Amino acid sequence: MKEKIEQKLRAAFGEAVMSIDEFKGQVNVDVKRDRIVDVCRLLKEDPDLGFNYLSDVCGADMLNFDDISARKAYLAIEHESRPEQVPTDERFLVVYQLTSLKNKERVRLKVRVDGDNPVCPSVTSVYPAANWPEREAFDMLGIVFEGHPDMRRMYMPEEYEYYPLRKDFPLMGVPGSIPLPRK
Amino acid sequence: MPEDNQNITQILKVLEDRDTNVTVEDPLENYMVLNMGPQHPATHGVLRLLVKLDGETVVDCIPELGYLHRGYEKIAEASTYMEFIPHTDRLDYISPIANNVAYALAVEKIAGVEAPLRAQYIRVIGAELARISSHLMAIGAMAMDVGAMTVFLWAFREREKLYDVFDLLTGVRFTTSYTRIGGVAQDLTDETIEAIKKFLDEFPANLNDISRMLNRNRIFLDRTVGVGAIDSQSAIDIGFTGPNLRACGVEYDLRAFSPYLVYDQLSFDVITEKNGDCFDRYMVRMKEMLESVKITRQALEKIPTGPTKADLPKKVLPQKERVYTRMEELIHDFVIVNDGVHPDPGDVYVATEGSKGELGFYIISDGSGHPWRLKIRSPSFCSLQALPMLLKGQMISDVVAIIGSIDPIMGEADK
Repeated sequence: MKEKIEQKLRAAFGEAVMSIDEFKGQVNVDVKRDRIVDVCRLLKEDPDLGFNYLSDVCGADMLNFDDISARKAYLAIEHESRPEQVPTDERFLVVYQLTSLKNKERVRLKVRVDGDNPVCPSVTSVYPAANWPEREAFDMLGIVFEGHPDMRRMYMPEEYEYYPLRKDFPLMGVPGSIPLPRK
Repeated sequence: MPEDNQNITQILKVLEDRDTNVTVEDPLENYMVLNMGPQHPATHGVLRLLVKLDGETVVDCIPELGYLHRGYEKIAEASTYMEFIPHTDRLDYISPIANNVAYALAVEKIAGVEAPLRAQYIRVIGAELARISSHLMAIGAMAMDVGAMTVFLWAFREREKLYDVFDLLTGVRFTTSYTRIGGVAQDLTDETIEAIKKFLDEFPANLNDISRMLNRNRIFLDRTVGVGAIDSQSAIDIGFTGPNLRACGVEYDLRAFSPYLVYDQLSFDVITEKNGDCFDRYMVRMKEMLESVKITRQALEKIPTGPTKADLPKKVLPQKERVYTRMEELIHDFVIVNDGVHPDPGDVYVATEGSKGELGFYIISDGSGHPWRLKIRSPSFCSLQALPMLLKGQMISDVVAIIGSIDPIMGEADK
């Protein structure tokens, strides 16, 4: 399966598909951000591949993922100890889990998104099921999906100003950030 | 459409401010916006719906989630893999064992652990009994929503028996936390096997009572047949899963699609229906319960003897009695509890067939004892996404029947 995906994607997108590897029997494809919608469309509409079911869209904060010593400063527990500045280069990861109901196969697409301008194209035009999961990623990490029909927060109140799943958001929360209901 | 959405967002803001009154010039020329929930009894927990009505017909609907958001994905990043198991109980709290199993499988996949065969059979038994419990809740609550109180009581009588079985199996009735990484907490005793067999013998007849009450019941048929129908293509596109998707005729059951545990050694049918309406979703659940009975019976017959935890001292907790008597096991227990399992750096997505559908855990590991990122793919969340599509054009009184038929659990949808 990996060879077939690799061959088709390389033929159609060349360098935009950065790497394809396999970990524990699951296929990972790293895709350039601008081409993700086209890659999804090809994987969905190609009759041999037929990845017609989107299982999930997941955002992740990869802040200092490789550097354990530098990471500790950002894993703040209390609000006061939060760092002012955090590195932003390719900070976020957006992960798409695709399933082919016909071939009983799965593939995972990964897109890197910058921290200072976290914008990613929305795949809702190809997979309508991405609607809520993308809203969830926006709510939790602040990744804005361009072309999404309804980019509102999923869980937190609309006027909430933080993104809880970012690594620099303290585990204990920010005191006073959610106003209590009036009497 | 975008204009409508904008209007409804404005109205949403106004509704949140209790001191504001809305005056409209001619009520008959305006749509009415009805706020259902989050404390509405028929919304199965804290689901809030904003329904735009033209007379009694639903024109548009916006579900609002987040009233039960507890931030489990953030909590997971700060706890060890083992510490997160009790939190999985509280996702889909109607079938906790199924969640425990799904999470344990995901961690085992990335840590390279395999549970012994006996533990896998016990997990199958637990997960299938949890599925029966969940489906009973679904049909009981759905029948009550359309006015059949008796079925609800009958379903809960059966669930009560199941809770007694869970009590024997896991030691608690509700929040089981039964699996461990690399096995299960306690072995299946003879007493439990007897209790399960007794339940399996009595259950099909009791389920048949419910079928006889509903399947040809004129009121029930009028409320469900053709209501909230969705075709298979739209259902796949919107991300429907589990019994809801199979009611549209799509044969997508992960137990057969990509067999995990020992499902490939057990014979069962994947139940599908054709029309994808409320009645078909009800029928799929009724038939699946009988399949679960079949699977549990086979598992009880085939279950081998042996250990219930893998023998991997660096990754799997040792048996408790050895911890109390031996030095080495005590050290391993201490290290695993405090520092955690250290899986390989990388990421895996493991999906299992939970009682509501595809329950997946996506884990990114950096090699430390905590998950770097844990994403829960909850089936209720994905099914609720289809709600606006299902509700458009239906009557206001059908809203509760449709919500009941897709069986959302807000603990899982809100995480």
